[in-house]
Amino acid sequence: MAGTKANSGKLLDIRNLRIEATVYPPGEAPRTITLVHDVSLTLEKGKVLGLIGESGAGKSTIGLSSMGYGRGGVRITGGEVILNGRDILKGGKEGLRRLRGREVCYVAQSAAAAFNPAHRLMDQVVEASLLHGTATRAEAEKRAIALFKKLSLPNPETIGQRFPHQVSGGQLQRVMTAMALCSEPDLIVFDEPTTALDVTTQIDVLSAIKDAIRDTHVAALYITHDLAVVAQVSDEIMVLRHGRLVEWGGTRQIIKEPRQEYTSALVSVHEIDHQEQQPGTAPMLSVKNVTAAYGGGHIKVLKNVSVDIFPGQTLAVVGESGSGKSTLARAITGLLPPEQGSVVFDGRTLANRLADRPKEDLRQLQMIYQMADVAMNPRQTVGTIIGRPLEFYFGMKGRERDKRVAELLDEIEMGKGFIDRYPAELSGGQKQRVCIARSLAAKPKLIICDEVTSALDPLVAHGILKLLLNLQQIEKVAYLFITHDLATVKSIADSIAVMYRGEVVRYGAKSKVLTPPFDAYTDLLLSSVPEMEIGWLEKAIKGRRMESAGN
Amino acid sequence: MSSPVVKLVAQRIALGVLLLLAVSVLIFAGTQILPGDVAQAILGQSATQESLANLREQLGLNQPAYIRYFHWLGGVLTGDLGTAMSSGQDIATSIKERLWNTLFLAFWAAIVAIPLAITLGLIAVRYRNGWVDKLISGVALASTSFPEFFIGYLLVFYFAVQHQWFPAISTVYEGMSFGERLQAIVLPAAALTLVVLAHMMRMTRAAILNVMQSAYVETAELKGLSAFAVIRKHAFPNAIAPIINVVMLNLAYLVVGVVVVEVIFVYPGMGQYLVDHVTKRDVPVVQAVGLIFAAVYISLNIIADIAAIVANPRLRHPK
Repeated sequence: MAGTKANSGKLLDIRNLRIEATVYPPGEAPRTITLVHDVSLTLEKGKVLGLIGESGAGKSTIGLSSMGYGRGGVRITGGEVILNGRDILKGGKEGLRRLRGREVCYVAQSAAAAFNPAHRLMDQVVEASLLHGTATRAEAEKRAIALFKKLSLPNPETIGQRFPHQVSGGQLQRVMTAMALCSEPDLIVFDEPTTALDVTTQIDVLSAIKDAIRDTHVAALYITHDLAVVAQVSDEIMVLRHGRLVEWGGTRQIIKEPRQEYTSALVSVHEIDHQEQQPGTAPMLSVKNVTAAYGGGHIKVLKNVSVDIFPGQTLAVVGESGSGKSTLARAITGLLPPEQGSVVFDGRTLANRLADRPKEDLRQLQMIYQMADVAMNPRQTVGTIIGRPLEFYFGMKGRERDKRVAELLDEIEMGKGFIDRYPAELSGGQKQRVCIARSLAAKPKLIICDEVTSALDPLVAHGILKLLLNLQQIEKVAYLFITHDLATVKSIADSIAVMYRGEVVRYGAKSKVLTPPFDAYTDLLLSSVPEMEIGWLEKAIKGRRMESAGN
Repeated sequence: MSSPVVKLVAQRIALGVLLLLAVSVLIFAGTQILPGDVAQAILGQSATQESLANLREQLGLNQPAYIRYFHWLGGVLTGDLGTAMSSGQDIATSIKERLWNTLFLAFWAAIVAIPLAITLGLIAVRYRNGWVDKLISGVALASTSFPEFFIGYLLVFYFAVQHQWFPAISTVYEGMSFGERLQAIVLPAAALTLVVLAHMMRMTRAAILNVMQSAYVETAELKGLSAFAVIRKHAFPNAIAPIINVVMLNLAYLVVGVVVVEVIFVYPGMGQYLVDHVTKRDVPVVQAVGLIFAAVYISLNIIADIAAIVANPRLRHPK
């Protein structure tokens, strides 16, 4: 209905958009920073434009500007946002309220957080339609159920009666897409709609979103940091960096013939050449038939898991969330004492409980975590953070300690200027580097890396992986690398363990694990990783259908 | 379907009963530790050893403490709170009317204070950090910061002495009509409202502001809901548990903390009764009133817990 208002093909026309925010750095006068510098874009009806870039590129900020919305203290200070032939920035608050949820709808990154836990799904799905008077309740509910069906949600007739916590993350993301489509808008802003999902779930949601866009002829801004994902759904792609336009072109051109250096870097980001090492004769750490459980033995999360790690090599543990990857790390470190089985390190069995392990055992096993910023004390300087294990394990003090800290900073490719900085002054990648240096300071034989690159932008993550490989050469340290990202695994692993519901379903040298014939789960996992190839999604889905049909 | 709710609620109630028993032990023990006993108090300092021993025998005071405790507890459970020493009257009968008066006053203060506090909290969130918010917070804080006797006398001075709209003394007695009673308690109820308002208002504001950062609030804004509709429909239901907690704490205060206000307005409630008998060292009355206050406090907190459990959709609708 709203689509008939404008007759020209152009639905959205953003001209010289400028977005600013005021920041309040501690101890300094507040100042204004520019988040988006004079970005222009146009979008035709029924087309999909992908916005891609690392965090801080301004993609979400630009996406939300199409609804006249600024998150936090963000203000649109210049330019025009012309939607359906009028500048929405001139329509005032009332004008914005009338277009939000009617002409433009929003799909958030985490549907689990974006649904109100206190209301039933159906009430939330039809809320915008009722508010704007575009449908009666009965009509809106009928439309919602039809959309639930289209998005292949289970029990489309009754799923609306459920509360958000009663539905899985992948399903919620589809319900959220249905919510956006329910008011029949002209434009939907998808803000990283599949980033928080497992790969095997992502592919279903992605294909549901793509079908829905095609069948309803809605236009979309698709925001993501994953070029392979956006290549599946977009007609055009816009690459952004630091709030500025880098490159804008057709999907094929961007992924096949990128014109800018930055775009090429994004396209080739996953390729690290890593020669697989042959397993040695004696494993350094053996996990032997470990079974572990939470809740006093009620919920078994590890079932009879056995893996070996060889000196100076990397074992990658892959699986979806809830597969027991991190629990395996907790069992090895003694944080969650195993119920059965044992962990053998350097030929001797480690005590089950962390508290029973001598200092020397603690030193040999170090950990790096996913969230670098919460793994450091915000009130300590980088020098103190890295120096702490030196004092604790080796009793180093004064100049000797500072010298070693400087060496470690050198190893992680951060200059001496960082020694007196606080974590808050570092970027995400730098924080993770400091955490790596801290674990290396203990001179361990094994470092457990728990999703260490998952919270980072692809290019930054790429740098961290390269660094880890270099350090492995220098320090001869072994890694237990926990990740859900198969591309990372290919780049770094020597051997791989695939976990599914607490069990190791496939285990061996990397080349062996990644060579067919696959077991059903590994095949599903591998075929779900988006490839930078137009038409990959259709092929992957077709492959799965054939499999489920018994071919 | 609702089994976790039933289980949790049953747990809370059982815990509450246990707590009340523990409090009754404390109250009983506390009054035993005091020097002298009831016999001494009745007969005075000049009593002879024989007469004291006789009276103790008569009152059962020579039995071990735990037997006397169970005797007392058994009485309480059957509605027999004992006899007041000072007047010789049955405590249960005299408390009944006064408890009713106290609850009457607390009820009307709550009827005004709770909706007012929550509405003001919602308005403060809607205009957060603006002058409306600051005005509401400022006035509410000021009214709480003044001691209640000061507010009480201020109200009396202005509304009873200068304008003579309401009586300065809130005596109620049997045979008064409902309207007369209401008119009598206007000033004490107003004083109590002013005292409890700020706490509830500020908690409402803080609890809602806390959930205003949530992604679902942004979702609601991006559906085009007005600012007030976002707060009322999407933020408030998720902030209800801490708000109920503070509301119940303040309700409890309205019942057990009204001593000063009752004395100022000469209102024949529990507070007055307690103060009178503390000065007379009438231990059975102090015990009975203490136990009733504890029971009120504990039950209101149980209600707050249960309301928070029921308000949580995760518990109401398990997976």
